Amino acid sequence: MRGKLTGMNGNTAVAYAVKQAEVDVIAAYPITPQTIIVERLSEYVNNGELNAAFIPVESEHTALSACVGASLAGARVFTATASQGLALMYEILWIASALRTTVVMALANRALSAPINIHCSHDDAYAARDTGWIELFAENVQEAYDLTLQAFRISEDKRVLLPTIVNLDGFILTHSLEGLYVLDDKDVKEFLPPKEPVLPIDPDNPITYGPLDLYDYYIEHKRQQAEAMKNSYGPIKEIHRKYSEFTGRKYAPLKTFGMEDAEVAMMILGSSAGTARYVARKLRKNGKKVGVISLTVYRPFPVDEIREALKGVKAVAVMDRSYSFGSPGAQLYMDVAAALYNEKERPLLFNVIYGLGGRDLKPEHVAWVFEKAEEVARTGEVREPQIWIGVRE
Amino acid sequence: MSKWRTWRELPIGVVIPEPGNSVTYKTGNWRALRPVYDKSKCVRCLMCWVHCPEPAIRRLDDDWVEIDYDFCKGCGICANVCPVKAIPWYGRGGRA
Repeated sequence: MRGKLTGMNGNTAVAYAVKQAEVDVIAAYPITPQTIIVERLSEYVNNGELNAAFIPVESEHTALSACVGASLAGARVFTATASQGLALMYEILWIASALRTTVVMALANRALSAPINIHCSHDDAYAARDTGWIELFAENVQEAYDLTLQAFRISEDKRVLLPTIVNLDGFILTHSLEGLYVLDDKDVKEFLPPKEPVLPIDPDNPITYGPLDLYDYYIEHKRQQAEAMKNSYGPIKEIHRKYSEFTGRKYAPLKTFGMEDAEVAMMILGSSAGTARYVARKLRKNGKKVGVISLTVYRPFPVDEIREALKGVKAVAVMDRSYSFGSPGAQLYMDVAAALYNEKERPLLFNVIYGLGGRDLKPEHVAWVFEKAEEVARTGEVREPQIWIGVRE
Repeated sequence: MSKWRTWRELPIGVVIPEPGNSVTYKTGNWRALRPVYDKSKCVRCLMCWVHCPEPAIRRLDDDWVEIDYDFCKGCGICANVCPVKAIPWYGRGGRA
C-alpha cells in the first residue's frame, strides 16, 4: 500500500489531496458540511503551503462562475459545496460541462431544504446527474482522498475534458476521523502531471466561448457533448486501473461483493455500501446467496458492467438516499431499471428509500431488505415496488 | 454559412475560434416585413441611421442611405421614425 498511514476526516483528506494536486485557483463558498475543506484550503494558501489564488466569493453561483473562467484560462481549479450551495450553482453546472472545463468539485452530500437539514441525503448528487458532470462516489475517507486525486486526472485527460464531482456523504464521511494512506507529494506529482490546457483564453488570439447558439447548431453541440460523456468511460476505467497499480488500492467503476453466485443483490451509493457488505458477509456465512453492488462511478452510468454483474440474479433491492417526487422510482432505481429493460433475462427490482436527512441505515435494516429481496426472488413477484425504511409509519 | 457542419466537425467546448465571424452569419431571413428606401423622398436627416438597432442602415456619401438586407430584421423602426415617409413597408418577407 503506497503512502503513509495517518488519520483525517473526509473534508481534511479532500483538502489535503487538493493541496497535493497543486491547484492554481480555488473559488468556493463555505457551507455545512463542506466548510472544513474551504477553511483548510484557505489556510494552506494563507500560510504559503499552496501557491494558488483563493477567491473568497459571495455565493456558490459566483464560485462556480469564477471556476469556469479560471479553468478556461488554463488553470487547475477546485471548488466544493453541498446541498443548497449546489442548487445555487445549478445553471453554471451546465455551462461548466458544455464549455468542457476541467473543474473538480467536492460535494459533501446533504439533504435539500425544506425542512432545513444539514445531514446526508443524495439529493444534491442526483440534482447534478443530468448536468454533464462526471460523478464519483466515495465510500470512506480513503476513497474521498484517492478519488479527488483521480478526479483531476480524469477531468484533464484530453480524451475527457469534462468537470468531475467527487461525492462524499455529509458528516458520515466529511466529519468522521478515519485512518487512511496519503501519498508523498512526489508520488502525487508522478501520478498527476500538470494540466495541459486545450484552447486556453489568450488575449492575443481572442476566441468566443459559449456564444448564442440557436436551432441551427445547439443540437449538434449537445450531440457532441453526449459523445464526450460516453467516451469518458474508457479513460475513467484506465485511470482507475493506473491509480490502483500505482497505490495498491483497487479502484473500478463498480464494486461488487458476493456477486459471483448471488441470487439477490443490493445496489447502493456512498458510505452505506460498507454497512451493506457487513451484513451481506454475515448472511453469506449462513449460506445465503446475497451480494452487494456499489458504484464508484455514477455518471457516466456503468450500464454494461451492471448488466454483467446482475446476470443470473433473481431480485435486486435498489437503495436510494433521496426521493424523486412523482417519478416511477427514485433516481438510482430509474437508472438501473432503464439499464436492464432490454435484457432478455433480468432480475426483478424494487426500490428502497433510506437514510434521508442523515437517518442511519442500520445493519438490521439491511438484513430486512435482503429478506424482502429473498421473498421477491422466491415468489417471483414484487408486491411493494417502493419501500421506505427507517421511517416511523 | 457556406456549409452546415455536423457535430463531428465542430470544435469542442462551444467555442468560435475565428473572432468576428458573426458578419458571416446572415440574419436578414428573420425578417417578415421588408422596408424599402425611396431616395426621391429622402431629406437625408439620418434619423433611420441613428435609430436602426442592428445597424442595418448604411450611411453613404452625402448622407444618402441604403438598407442592408443581409442583417435587416424588419423591425420597422426606420419606417416609423422617418419624418417624410421615405421608408414605406413594402411587401412581405423574403430576401431583398
